[in-house]
Amino acid sequence: MKILMFGWEFPPHITGGLGTACYGITKALAKTGNEIVFIVPKSYGDEPEDYTRILSASEIDIDLSQEYIRQYWENISYIVVNSKLVPYLGLDDYYNVINQGSNKREIGFNYSSKRYEFSGKYGSTLFDEVEKYALVAGSIAKNTEFDIIHAHDWLTYKAGVVAKAFSGKKLVIHVHATEFDRSGENINQAVYDIERYGMDNADHIIAVSDYTRNIVINRYGQSPDKVTTIHNGADSFESVNIEREKNFNEKIVTFLGRITFQKGPDYFIEAADKVLKVDKNVRFVMAGSGDMLNRMIALVAKKRISKHFHFTGFLKGQDVNRMFSLSDVYVMPSVSEPFGISPLEAMSSNIPVVISKQSGVSEVLKYAIKVDFWDTDSMADAIYGLLNYPSLSKMFIKNGKEEVESIKWDDNAISLNRVYNNLIRY
Amino acid sequence: MKSICFYFQVHQPNRLRHYRFFDIGNNHDYFDDAQNAWLCRRVADKCYLPTNKLMLDLINENKGRFKISYSITGVVLEQFEKYTPEVIESFKALASTGCVEFIGETYYHSLAALKSKSEFKNQVKLHSDKIFELFGQRPSVFRNTELIYSDYIGEIVGDLGFKAQITEGAKHILGWRSPNFLYKSSKNENLVLLLKNFQLSDDIAFRFSQHSWEGFPLTVDKYVKWLNQTQDAECINLFMDYETFGEHQWKETGIFEFLRELPKGVFKKTDFGFSTPSQLVDNLKPISEIHVPYPISWADEERDLTAWLGNDLQDDAYDQLYELEEEIISSGDKDLINDWRYLQTSDHFYYMCTKWFSDGDVHKYFNHYDSPYDAYINYMNVLSDFRIRLSNLISKNP
Repeated sequence: MKILMFGWEFPPHITGGLGTACYGITKALAKTGNEIVFIVPKSYGDEPEDYTRILSASEIDIDLSQEYIRQYWENISYIVVNSKLVPYLGLDDYYNVINQGSNKREIGFNYSSKRYEFSGKYGSTLFDEVEKYALVAGSIAKNTEFDIIHAHDWLTYKAGVVAKAFSGKKLVIHVHATEFDRSGENINQAVYDIERYGMDNADHIIAVSDYTRNIVINRYGQSPDKVTTIHNGADSFESVNIEREKNFNEKIVTFLGRITFQKGPDYFIEAADKVLKVDKNVRFVMAGSGDMLNRMIALVAKKRISKHFHFTGFLKGQDVNRMFSLSDVYVMPSVSEPFGISPLEAMSSNIPVVISKQSGVSEVLKYAIKVDFWDTDSMADAIYGLLNYPSLSKMFIKNGKEEVESIKWDDNAISLNRVYNNLIRY
Repeated sequence: MKSICFYFQVHQPNRLRHYRFFDIGNNHDYFDDAQNAWLCRRVADKCYLPTNKLMLDLINENKGRFKISYSITGVVLEQFEKYTPEVIESFKALASTGCVEFIGETYYHSLAALKSKSEFKNQVKLHSDKIFELFGQRPSVFRNTELIYSDYIGEIVGDLGFKAQITEGAKHILGWRSPNFLYKSSKNENLVLLLKNFQLSDDIAFRFSQHSWEGFPLTVDKYVKWLNQTQDAECINLFMDYETFGEHQWKETGIFEFLRELPKGVFKKTDFGFSTPSQLVDNLKPISEIHVPYPISWADEERDLTAWLGNDLQDDAYDQLYELEEEIISSGDKDLINDWRYLQTSDHFYYMCTKWFSDGDVHKYFNHYDSPYDAYINYMNVLSDFRIRLSNLISKNP
């Protein structure tokens, strides 16, 4: 089968789990005999193309001679994100809706060139790029042969819908996260509208977990028949075996991720405070950055636990591995996590994990301690137990690693093929 | 005779380097020598060397009638010795004129007075010894870090044998009274207090080049007129950072020309002369006691401690630092004690201040961190390593 796939990022240029997941999916799909063309807003030339053809939307002409495209372009209102750097999944994003008159389209878009240079980032022109990316999708749909369309996350839903309108092929959208995961109850209506538009126009919806499937059904009004849960795989991690630098005598409990509302960093601090009241032989580390970082620093200062609580700032590359190599327990206290790849990485690096029940990954893991994100008593219990009862942590380390290796992207591809086949048959 | 009393503060902190979490336990080198050397060189070239030369000229030209005083921290003296020894020489030349007084303070420009009497006393003594060693004078007038003063601090300073202390002429302490007289401590009647005339001091230090200020541009004629308007004054205490000349106010603002012409203008058009703090104390009588139950300083509108202490970041760091005092001192380890004292320099806590979040321009100028939170994290990482070193040392030599 030939698949036209839309995604906003692809390794190695990724900001979160989305790009990693796209890689795992395309690789496994290709192994089962599918041909995939993957459209990113901007390619860098160093993406692995062993399994997938990567196309950059920046290098594709937008065909304005097509009536449909012109109509589409003239009827969209688009939105300027009024912030220099909008983290894709941040909470405090500030959006400003501007209804552009149809004659005022010069900004960033030149009719004569017919090409648009995408940044592929999550910056102030994000909404603009989303719209133009959709236009490019029209051109591609016209000039490419394929059997099915597959779009990953809201940034590419419009592209999927346009491609569908052009080709008459079936559209699958893949929900890796929803606006409710990113922003809690204070959703950005413009993002929600695009998500809903994509879901309403999709022929089938893939959710990365039952947790996310429920949100899609309940919050976006989708029929349960139309939504299938297909969990992500986990067998693509390289386990980290760096020699541990012994700079502390104490054991280390780590939070690693964006320090945003969604990730529940404040619950981690509450739990740390509780553990430290009974066990001082431990240090907590919060690695990452985000819009809640300063508030978290102030909270640690206020609780006077900074002797045992450290912040590393944003880590990348080798420093992430170093952090794993130092860690004795990994905690993912997410308030809302559609899937959650990071605990799997930790487990494959021989670290026992505590994860929140409000995460998709908790549906597939047995060898992880699961607690409600708000239940910091239980979180503290779990951390204390893993730190102080070696038989417990040994069991989690050993079985956890095996478990992660058994969660395969290949199974994910089998399920996806089943969805494709059902759609094409009708 | 009515006197103008100039006192200049000379200080540069020993800045911390970017110290990461991964450094804790592995790297015991806390200070950014390269940055400190670079800044020391820059400020020496822009301020210390040219201003010292100008001061020396003025003293010589006026044949002893122009007098000034300095407080120079031990921390900056060490940097001069390492990076710009010619600055030390130029201060020595000033010292030998007999028209320059050196004032005592804490060697490490610390906030020890608010926390530990014994540590405070140690640092004052270290500083006096250093000043004596370099300039042949033993300070008899004292200024505490950032002019921080309270009745309690005055008591300790008096016990240490100082005859006077310099502090801020804070409005909420003075009320209707004028800063232009000598006062004395309410707890120790032998301790004279010299209060800063912040109006006339800040006209030079802060407002000199401020275009929006009604007094702009400040000329010697204008300034002399203001001096003459201070009726009944016995002394006008002009206290400011020495870096005012050439660093806070760049030479393009005309600050050096102003300073060059000021003594002449004063001698010609007023009945003021110049005195050092000690001369004021010897020649004038305090007119009344001053009560200062809560510490004051020369910082910000509030003239309180909130630039250095008061938010959770600052208080946490400060408390953790001084918690270690007993163990550190009794360890007797010279390197550890020295690092611990460098960590006491008030600037580290100033960087953690969150007061200026909205309009941080003045603050930013003195701050190499992106945010107070960064400053706190960096400092606490260093402190974590420091604590590990200390406990390793103690477990080795119980």
